[in-house]
Amino acid sequence: MLHAAWRSLLGRKVRLVMSTFAIVLGVAFVVGTLIFTDTLNRSFVAIFDNSVGDVVVQPTRVTSNVDVATTVQLRGSLVDDIAQLDGVRRADGKVVAAGVFVVGKNNKVIGGQGPPGFAFNDNDAPAAHGIRPLQVVDGRQPHGPDEVAMDVKTAVRAGYVLGDKVRIVSATKRALLTPTLVGLADFPDGGTLNGATATIWDTRTAQRLFLEGRDGFNTIWVTADDGVSQQELRDKVASVLPADARAMTGDKAADVAASRLLEAIRFITIFLLVFAGIALVVGSFLIINTFSILVAQRSRELALLRALGASRRQVSRSVLFEAFVVGAVGSTIGVGLGVLLAVAIRYVFGRFGLDLSGTAFVFAPRTFLAAYAIGIVVTLVAAYLPARRSARIAPVAALRDDVAMPESSMRLRFAVGMLMCLAAAAMMVVGLTLDVPKKGYWVGGGILAALLGVAVASPVLAKPFLLLAAAGYRAVFGSVGRLAGQNSLRNPRRTAATASALMIGMALVATMSIAGASAKASVDDSIAKNFVGDLVISNLIGQGFSPSVGDRAERAPGVESVVRTRFAQASVGGRREFLGGVDPAHFGAVMRLRTTGGGLADVDDGACLMNEDYAKEHGYDRGDLVAWQMPKGNQALRVVGTYEGNGAVFATCVTNLATFSAAGFQAQDNAAFVTVKPGVDVTFVEAAINEQIAALPTVTVKNQREYAAEQREPIDRLVLMIYALLGMAIVIALLGVVNTLALSVIERTREIGLLRAIGLSRAQLRRMIGLESIVIAVLGALLGVAMGVIFGVALMSSLRDEGLTVTRIPTVSLTAFVLSAAIVGVVTAVLPARRAARLDVLTAIATE
Amino acid sequence: MSSGGAAARVTDLVKTYGTGAAEVRALDGVTLDIEAGVFTAIMGPSGSGKSTLMHCCAALDTPTSGEVRIGDQQLGSLGDKALTRLRRDQIGFVFQSFNLVPTLTAEENILLPLSIARRKPDQEWYDGVLDAVAIRDRLGHRPNQLSGGQQQRVAVARALASRPAIVFADEPTGNLDSQSGAEVLGLLRRTVDEFGQTIVMVTHDPVAAAHTDRIVFLGDGRVVGEMREPTRERVLEQMAALDAHRAADLAPTPAG
Repeated sequence: MLHAAWRSLLGRKVRLVMSTFAIVLGVAFVVGTLIFTDTLNRSFVAIFDNSVGDVVVQPTRVTSNVDVATTVQLRGSLVDDIAQLDGVRRADGKVVAAGVFVVGKNNKVIGGQGPPGFAFNDNDAPAAHGIRPLQVVDGRQPHGPDEVAMDVKTAVRAGYVLGDKVRIVSATKRALLTPTLVGLADFPDGGTLNGATATIWDTRTAQRLFLEGRDGFNTIWVTADDGVSQQELRDKVASVLPADARAMTGDKAADVAASRLLEAIRFITIFLLVFAGIALVVGSFLIINTFSILVAQRSRELALLRALGASRRQVSRSVLFEAFVVGAVGSTIGVGLGVLLAVAIRYVFGRFGLDLSGTAFVFAPRTFLAAYAIGIVVTLVAAYLPARRSARIAPVAALRDDVAMPESSMRLRFAVGMLMCLAAAAMMVVGLTLDVPKKGYWVGGGILAALLGVAVASPVLAKPFLLLAAAGYRAVFGSVGRLAGQNSLRNPRRTAATASALMIGMALVATMSIAGASAKASVDDSIAKNFVGDLVISNLIGQGFSPSVGDRAERAPGVESVVRTRFAQASVGGRREFLGGVDPAHFGAVMRLRTTGGGLADVDDGACLMNEDYAKEHGYDRGDLVAWQMPKGNQALRVVGTYEGNGAVFATCVTNLATFSAAGFQAQDNAAFVTVKPGVDVTFVEAAINEQIAALPTVTVKNQREYAAEQREPIDRLVLMIYALLGMAIVIALLGVVNTLALSVIERTREIGLLRAIGLSRAQLRRMIGLESIVIAVLGALLGVAMGVIFGVALMSSLRDEGLTVTRIPTVSLTAFVLSAAIVGVVTAVLPARRAARLDVLTAIATE
Repeated sequence: MSSGGAAARVTDLVKTYGTGAAEVRALDGVTLDIEAGVFTAIMGPSGSGKSTLMHCCAALDTPTSGEVRIGDQQLGSLGDKALTRLRRDQIGFVFQSFNLVPTLTAEENILLPLSIARRKPDQEWYDGVLDAVAIRDRLGHRPNQLSGGQQQRVAVARALASRPAIVFADEPTGNLDSQSGAEVLGLLRRTVDEFGQTIVMVTHDPVAAAHTDRIVFLGDGRVVGEMREPTRERVLEQMAALDAHRAADLAPTPAG
């Protein structure tokens, strides 16, 4: 029996190519994602292993060694105290600053807006376990305020060589530095910065530039004598530390520092795997369809096997065996393709500044286990229904001329589909409106159930459309149109199932386009409503910049005032929240803030306005105290009122600048709003400020319109990225259309021969198949867009509280999706139509 | 259309399959006139080349050498498009296995060749055809709702609907019981008698052949005999004679 299945598989390999391909793509997506994120993981773990000594000492209040934008440091003399301890080989003070960027010869910030720019003091302290960290390996160590070293990759990207005068932008007091490049740094024992940039200064210069001249350090690395463990060393060091400093073993510090990034990587993994899952769901549609068609085509042969004594189980098992082979072959190819995909993903992330070329790909065994498990299981599950149906073929069918496959009743299907849609609606309502844990699962599950429900009910739902299309075709294309229309109606299950696969991808694309359009409209709306200043100086990601930028702007002619805002993260109740700092007296002149209770005028030292949503969610009232864990110690801020958050001001609490600075945050601005003197042309002032900050490419000045455009851009980019990820699912669905058409051409070989014999020209035949293809593609797109509109509107209405106040349905894009589906329909028909047109009339007619 | 003229003419037709030692000469120099308004049967044992001859005449297959002329059209010079048009406008087909389009009703099937050509049926002719095939009450049915005999009558109507110069019928009764077969043959006969239709039928059934005006016997790719006004008995006699002749021919060849 297996032998027969094997033979049939070989005999039909061409017909199985497409379903194999669907598995290949889905598995490749999974494999690519896992390889990439494993690699990402390893590379960051390696980075953090390189960023700690055997024991590290930090200010108690600073949560990790990358959290450095504070004014809290360890005193310099602590290094000598520790160095004298027993079991300590050496102790080295480290200065670490972020927001220090190298500007390339082309006036571009190296790394762009994404990877951090670090500055370190120069020393040769070994990292934990004796690893040599980033250090000068070429040229010489920098000495004095006019010399710098930088990591090799950054220098290459910037186009700098030793001896060049380089331009460096800092977020601290002196915004622009122009030292000479004297040294190039690298990791002698291997390591990478993953696209981050590093500049290295002598210790005194680093302290002067980044620690406001204090003799202090952000962290101290302690190196153990031989035979002294990290734990023993930590205990020794801890005994001499003052209360505001603490010691951690290097291993622990690396874990702590890495944990937040690894969390982000987990998010990326899940994010990508969701799309892999979508691709697999769509792929399983293709497999169900292919196996259904193959079983139908072979029904006489299967009936013959039954007549010859094969049991039902043997018949269905032989179909499942074919599915198993398809799954195994598809997984194998998918693994190979997945490696290539990982290369591609690495490249794409590289374009966003995350450079992973320094880390070899990680091939974890579980990646391959997952690939095969997913590939084979998905194929088997998808083939299960057709296999079960094949077992229901009666043996007597072998003797009959035309074999009708046993089919489930349409009415039952419709009922089941509608029930699933109801369940889906319930799940989405729960996820979108109720306060339940794991909202994403409720919403995602609801969307999936709705799509599957519609797919199940689609033969019935699609009927009116198919009838309409058939009538339209008949009217416009005559008999060719009638044939095409009738063919689409011939097997509404098949037409609808093929279209449903496309529907899934299209629904998500439509949802995204609504979410994107709405988000952009909300940004515009919020900026138009709230931004009442004339100009704003900032950068896209809210990266802090030097206060001297605002000083320069103040000096520009025509400027009335510059209003600075700052924000930083600190803990409230164990969770990291944003704290904003503004100038209450002037902020209202540039930004309209809707407040309840007290207003900006009430924000004096130790007071704050709290974000409305946060207050509601956590039960804060006017007069309550919020306990913030600031770098300089715990501080309770008094809530004097609440404000309505918007795109520009969203912090949990907004306080005045004095309170903000006193808490221990570095003096860095995140946005500077400019008002122009009455009667002065804004364009003129913008140009003047631009001249002032031209040498500082980390920030730009823009008017309201340009500001809105800048804020919209990342939304566009995100939507495009998601389109690209959904593209995989759509490609699979289109392969499904090709597959269905190709299989039905094979199935109708004799009929096609007949049509050709009685005078249908090749062109007419191609047109007929093209028209059938368009019906499927447009049906899928229409169903998808309809579902997408429902999802999109539901999603946006639930996000109204999150500042996305506008729901916009981009009708032009949605119409374009449907129209392009028609064009794609023409394209998918090309191969099947060519195959049909090439059929030899005589052999076609003689085909059994 | 009056009888006597040639509706089609075949000259020195050769068709070979394969090359070298594996070469099979399906047609080995056939010359034949298909007379207009005549019901012609082509008979012969399996492998005699009768189907190949029909396919070549009907522009479904291209001969290796020789000439086929339908009316005054030389087929050898025509490309695929012209051949398609010729099939559409000049030729009708009836197949052994009916070959109706399952998605279309009986009437839509009948009108299909015309509607592909974007032609309107000649109403008088069409009515006559419908009367002749006697399936008016079944026009709205799909093929799977019709009996074999009814399906074949629909197929005959389809072949006739465009008033083709020649109708080719390939074993039209092969899949039918004798009763339905007789009906279909009677129908073909009547279209020759009443409409002057030219029909060429390939068959190996002497009963079917007895309905025709003229039988051309093929053997090993050659015309080996001809008979006018056949009866079943004469056909059987002739076939027996040909078989004997053939056996005698083959006997001395050791390779057999």
